[in-house]
Amino acid sequence: MSELLEAQPRKTAPSALPRRATGLAPTVLALLRKELLVELRTLESVPGMSLFALSTFVVFHFALQRGSVEGDEAAGILWVTLLFAAILGVNRLFVADEDQGGFDAFLLAPVDRSALFVAKALALLAYLVVLELVAVPAFALLLLGPTLGPALPGLAATLALGDLGVAAIGTLVAALAVRTRARDLLGPLLALPLFVPIVIGGARAISPLLVQAHRTGPAARWLLTLGLYDLVFGLIAYAVFDFLLED
Amino acid sequence: MESPSRHPAGSPDVKHRRGDAAAMYGKGLRTLSVSAVIAMAVALGLVFFYAPLEAEQGFLQKIFYVHVPLAIVALCGFVLGGLLAIQHLRTRDPRWDMRSYVVIHMSLIFALGTLITGSIWAKGSWGHWWVWSEPTLVSFLIIFLLYATYQPLRFAIEDPERQARYASVFAITAGAFVPLNYIAVNLSTAYVHPRVFSNTSNLPAPMALTFLVSLAAMALLFATLCKYELTAKHARAQVRALRRRLAADSADAPVRAPRSAAPALHHVAPARAAGRSAL
Repeated sequence: MSELLEAQPRKTAPSALPRRATGLAPTVLALLRKELLVELRTLESVPGMSLFALSTFVVFHFALQRGSVEGDEAAGILWVTLLFAAILGVNRLFVADEDQGGFDAFLLAPVDRSALFVAKALALLAYLVVLELVAVPAFALLLLGPTLGPALPGLAATLALGDLGVAAIGTLVAALAVRTRARDLLGPLLALPLFVPIVIGGARAISPLLVQAHRTGPAARWLLTLGLYDLVFGLIAYAVFDFLLED
Repeated sequence: MESPSRHPAGSPDVKHRRGDAAAMYGKGLRTLSVSAVIAMAVALGLVFFYAPLEAEQGFLQKIFYVHVPLAIVALCGFVLGGLLAIQHLRTRDPRWDMRSYVVIHMSLIFALGTLITGSIWAKGSWGHWWVWSEPTLVSFLIIFLLYATYQPLRFAIEDPERQARYASVFAITAGAFVPLNYIAVNLSTAYVHPRVFSNTSNLPAPMALTFLVSLAAMALLFATLCKYELTAKHARAQVRALRRRLAADSADAPVRAPRSAAPALHHVAPARAAGRSAL
């Protein structure tokens, strides 16, 4: 009953105003611009993610007691490192909005709520691309046995597809976890199982690229698996995200 | 197993409302329990006395009649939890959230059962407690790990309305993840071990019959346990509402419900309900 009473003004207010005063694209662009600007000024996520990836490579070197890796091992190390670094970014994605009232400000604006999801996912995607621009050359330098050059196109395609999925899932999970008491714990716990299909597809796609002899391109079926997973999860996350932003 | 339809009289209006609710939760529980017990007995009878011994695995293969139905029921339960959560987000009726919670909770227990029975079967037939080449088992582990965060997620959100909403978002996402994950893990397994039975179509008729009866029995057991939990939660909510009313009559000390991961049905005590329904 009390929820109903509280919900009453919320329900009538937006219908009095034009619900979509601005279209989705301008809103997304404005939010994305704000997101990237904040990141450029504070440098809270990307440098941390990149440094974390570098440290992880060093840890892998000592843990595996190897000077160089190739094939399945190389693919696994690269994916694990990138995913764990991505989780650092996921954990921080909404923290400023939650702590400094960004959510309230956004909810007051007469714009589509899905815009926030799209903008945050694009921002996370941008962070991941920058992370990979640092981490992949570092990986080639520190750990990878075979030369990186010929593998680059296939690797870039696979990582791009993987990033799309990580961005969609990461944004949804970040929004789910950020307003709970145990957000630092719940984020990774929720995200890792959801990332497993990406690791399955991604690791199998890039492991034939990272070998010295008989290099082949990524198998189309793994790229297809990744693409389909991205598509389905992107749609699911887009559909359910609105419900996380109601108070 | 007292049916919760007997409770102290309130105003006629309230009595009517509560009668509805009680009918919804308590009705059919006895029939369901009896049929589940009979179905389980019949299924076990068929498993041990009717189904022939499998040529290669012998007696060990009989765990198939427990493991596979557990797995199927748990998977369907997770997906059903997602569908109930969609209904909750559409109607905003907390009862759908409660159903979704109970179904997921029970599926989690069934999934644990699947993992344990699968592990025993793997040890018996392949000599290892865990094999990565068995896609059902591996995808169950991933799903189990994902759903294991369902209760911590609920527990970490204090506002009951938001808890229900976030849990529904999780249930929908995870419900959609279940089949996707299953497909992905299946793709990744190159079928190192020949699978004994990939589907029911290549089973001999007595085994197929036994399997189908076991599946039906397991589904009935699942439904009965869910119904029990719903009825118990409903009864507890009623008791709490009445206790709150008693406390309000004697002193103005509100009885605060302990914080919990489970959704709570908020019954309004009769005296207050009459006042509030006017609002």
